[in-house]
Amino acid sequence: MLPYLLRRTAFLVVSLVVAMVAIFVLLRLLPGDPANALLSIDATPEQIAAARAQVGSDQPLPQQFAAWAGQLLQGDLGDSYISSRPVGAEIGLRFGVTLPLTLLSFGLALVLSLVIGITAAVKADRWYGVVLSGFSQLGVAVPVFWVGVILVWIFALQMGLLPSGGFPRDDWEDPADALRSLALPVITIAIVMSASLSRYVRSATLDVLGSDYLRTARAGGSGFTEALLRHGVRNGSVPVIAILGIELSTTLLGAVVVESVFTLSGLGSMLLTAIQQHDYANIQGVLIVSTLFVLFVGFAADIVQRLVDPRLRTSVSGNR
Amino acid sequence: MRKSLLVVSATLAAALTLAGCAPGSGNSADAPDDATIYIGSLYEPQNLSNTRGGGQGVTEAFNGNVYEGLYKLTDGGEVEALLAESEEVSEDGLTYTITLRDGVTFHSGKELTSADVKASVEAVTAEDSQSARKSAFSVISDIETPDESTVVFTLSQRSISFLYNLSYIWVVNADAEDLTQSEDGTGPYTLDEWKQGSTLTLVRWDDYWGEGARNAEVVFTYFTDATAENNALLTGEVDIITTVQSPDSLTQFDGNDDYVVSEGTSTTKELLAFNDRVAPFDDALVRKAVYSAVDTEKLLTSIWGDYGTLIGSMVPPTDPWYEDLTGVNPYDPDLSRDLLAQAGLADGFTFTLDTPSYDPHPVVAEFLQSQLAEVGITVEINTISADEWYTKIFQERDFAATLQEHVNDRDVVWYGNPDFYWGYDNADVQQWVADAEQAATTDEQTALLKQVNAQIAEDAASVWLYLYPQIVVASSDVSGYPVNGLNSQFFAYDIVKS
Repeated sequence: MLPYLLRRTAFLVVSLVVAMVAIFVLLRLLPGDPANALLSIDATPEQIAAARAQVGSDQPLPQQFAAWAGQLLQGDLGDSYISSRPVGAEIGLRFGVTLPLTLLSFGLALVLSLVIGITAAVKADRWYGVVLSGFSQLGVAVPVFWVGVILVWIFALQMGLLPSGGFPRDDWEDPADALRSLALPVITIAIVMSASLSRYVRSATLDVLGSDYLRTARAGGSGFTEALLRHGVRNGSVPVIAILGIELSTTLLGAVVVESVFTLSGLGSMLLTAIQQHDYANIQGVLIVSTLFVLFVGFAADIVQRLVDPRLRTSVSGNR
Repeated sequence: MRKSLLVVSATLAAALTLAGCAPGSGNSADAPDDATIYIGSLYEPQNLSNTRGGGQGVTEAFNGNVYEGLYKLTDGGEVEALLAESEEVSEDGLTYTITLRDGVTFHSGKELTSADVKASVEAVTAEDSQSARKSAFSVISDIETPDESTVVFTLSQRSISFLYNLSYIWVVNADAEDLTQSEDGTGPYTLDEWKQGSTLTLVRWDDYWGEGARNAEVVFTYFTDATAENNALLTGEVDIITTVQSPDSLTQFDGNDDYVVSEGTSTTKELLAFNDRVAPFDDALVRKAVYSAVDTEKLLTSIWGDYGTLIGSMVPPTDPWYEDLTGVNPYDPDLSRDLLAQAGLADGFTFTLDTPSYDPHPVVAEFLQSQLAEVGITVEINTISADEWYTKIFQERDFAATLQEHVNDRDVVWYGNPDFYWGYDNADVQQWVADAEQAATTDEQTALLKQVNAQIAEDAASVWLYLYPQIVVASSDVSGYPVNGLNSQFFAYDIVKS
């Protein structure tokens, strides 16, 4: 396991460096100049030069990259070009909205997809099994944005049960209030996510149901549910864990869209505003932090997979 | 300066003052004054300073609410004394002696002095200032503060717009340190909290020198999506939307007694700007041919329905030198073909239209493409980002024609600058613009700028497609809000909730 961990960590570091270069270069390939965001329509050449010096876009690209990378190594994401606020502190604040949103959505999606996926597999011959399969097919095709709009229309505009958007001004001071604000966005993401996730759960369950070890366990006298829980869940969860890692990352990225629909002041809306304002410091900061999140989740999923299934451990460390 | 000089046009002002009164403001006297007003906006401030680049969000939330100038531009377009008590102008128009109002203090408790005024003006004109108004103050040659309540400005040449320009400068406590994250103004509200990406809260300041705010608190809630903003109004999470950017959403408020839709006067013009330096647009005949090929009325209706106004020149009705010039370049495809033939382009020509990627420009570009095709002109649309627009068009002048919205009032004067991005170069116009600024009276200034206005229309310096409407939608239980939102101002202090 240790050599694998070391290899995996090295891979994480290399990925992060590649991501840094990619984010930096791709942003600079865009036409225009980050200094433009500071300028008005009657800016004089002197004002343009001053703005370029202020954001550093008058320096050669390698020098700009070195400055940014040097800051990053010290854990400093720099200051926003536009508001002068430290990017790291701002991202920290925004995580207070995005992280609960991501984790709650993920948790709800997980529960939903287990119920839907297992039912659809076990009761594949019943009408509701078929309906649930159909739901997951349909759900995969529906954009998260559209689900959000529909839910707002029903629960906020028509029924007046939940707010149509926004987050309490005092953040989590009143948890009930904060949860009410998150209810619709969480349900939105969970619906869309559980649709795709339940397909994996369903096929993993079908594999397990048709497996020899389940038949053997039942022949040994275990009831169906007992056999499924004792042997099926453990075996079936291995492929699902890898998918879960990817889905958790996707949830974070899905939050970008959903935050805009529901006016939540999280990382997603920070990125959107930064793109509109051409605030490269903020764009780079959000992208690098979310990349880090995605890489860590992938890393964790790999480790958990190996802990659950000892065969993966021996095969990987034994063969190489 | 005589007060009469400040009154740009009595008739216009009266009409606009009436227009500026929100419906229902008459019965608001008995409203409770402890209300919190929730204002929905798409324009979050980028920072809290007005010396650091343009940004309509900071003006909307702060101008007149948190910070005040020596003068203010009312919602009706008039220049009024605010922190200035009175002013005296020397015979030659070069010395302005301004006396400050007594008993004004900053939110920090410090008393307002002439030194603060001097420092505030100097911050705008400083070398590192990114203020959009910087060039307007290049006429100041000296600022003196003979005593704590007197400021004397000496100008290098006459500048009839001087007091108007001063209305853009916030008077800031000269001793305040970090004004990018906090404030120290003299306005009726103090900044309570700015949660970036979410809300900005202003609370009434009880030591205000004037009448004070009629509500206890104002919360600006920021949206990145217009639909989300409309939903918030429909569910009562906000009371007012400062500007509606899409007419499609108005159907849910129009004709509903719970909401009031007000159309005020905007200063935002949608322009097809040519590069007047390069062929074929260096020929006025070609520009006029393009103008007459465009059915602007149809364009306006297709974008804004019944809202918005047609203008035949760069001047909106709130500018004192407005004249209806919509007839100068009428929609007439036959005339357009004639003009093209006269210019030696009977077979038409092809040009690239650099189009900003955000609304409404792509739609406008496609409309122009189909209209110009009818007279034999082929338009190739090149979609570019706002950032690219600034570099390619504004800085490098590397374009044939472009679309852009110009938001400021009194900006016809840019046609007097041959170095501006569109490169319109007419010596008479340059002279009139310069003379207008140095005019001794507003009448003289107005007459000269009307001449400018007529000449640029005659030369079709650009195609002025339409004037945006300024639409405010509010819940019917609030009143006292500004409807014109001139230059993105939004005075919140008179808003009451019944």
